[in-house]
Amino acid sequence: MVTMKAEAKGKVLIIRLTGELDHYYSEQVKEFTEQQIDKNQTQHLVWNLSGLPFMDSSGLGVILGRYRQVNEMGGSVTVCGLNTQVKRLFQLSGLFKIMYVDQTEEEALERLEESSCKTQ
Amino acid sequence: MQNTMTISFNALGENEAFSRVAVASFAAKLNPTVDDLAELKTAVSEAVTNAIIHGYDSNPAGIVYISATIEDGEIDVIIRDEGRGIGNIEEAKEPLFTTKPEMERAGMGFTIMEHFTDFLEVESSTSAGTVVRFKKRLAGKRVNCV
Repeated sequence: MVTMKAEAKGKVLIIRLTGELDHYYSEQVKEFTEQQIDKNQTQHLVWNLSGLPFMDSSGLGVILGRYRQVNEMGGSVTVCGLNTQVKRLFQLSGLFKIMYVDQTEEEALERLEESSCKTQ
Repeated sequence: MQNTMTISFNALGENEAFSRVAVASFAAKLNPTVDDLAELKTAVSEAVTNAIIHGYDSNPAGIVYISATIEDGEIDVIIRDEGRGIGNIEEAKEPLFTTKPEMERAGMGFTIMEHFTDFLEVESSTSAGTVVRFKKRLAGKRVNCV
């Protein structure tokens, strides 16, 4: 199963997933994340996948779908905490070319904070 | 010695985790690396997802059949459905190709299967369904230490 937690920090929404993300759970993750993006008026989305030992292309579809959603509003998407298997999926699908990747959630938040300071 | 197992189950999304864990448990006796086992599970998950959502259009009455054979350190997996079949296999194997963009499919299933296994074969007919077969060497891999 998959558990989903959301935390908003300013315009940054962090989604933390634990469990195995496949076709069966992808719709739940999609709905949850869409709702959170709307509710929090999110600009930047950070996926913390450090609790996700397994994901398949259904997960890639959800993450790509939310990228389109956030990107339309001029925001960015970051993924962090990827294990070897999940990292290879991202490499194969080319998602690293359009998203940021950080080791940890803290690093992602620091980078987003720095970039927002520069643009102000 | 050859060792074979077969399972069949309804085309329900909740059975995807069961199917990949079943194949991975069967393969565990070859003492695979963690990464190889994760790749095997991913390939199984992709093929089973395809059978459910494309083969059977998410109709849970459909049955997905898996057989796996272990021989000489290699696992040979056959995942079969009796669904609608694939009209153009080469097109379906293209990265990012999907017939279900509205479901946010990434179109990466066959690409992932190809990269995560050592051999992939797809046979399909629009009257009989689809057979996906892949092989993966799991035992006897050597790590070169310098």
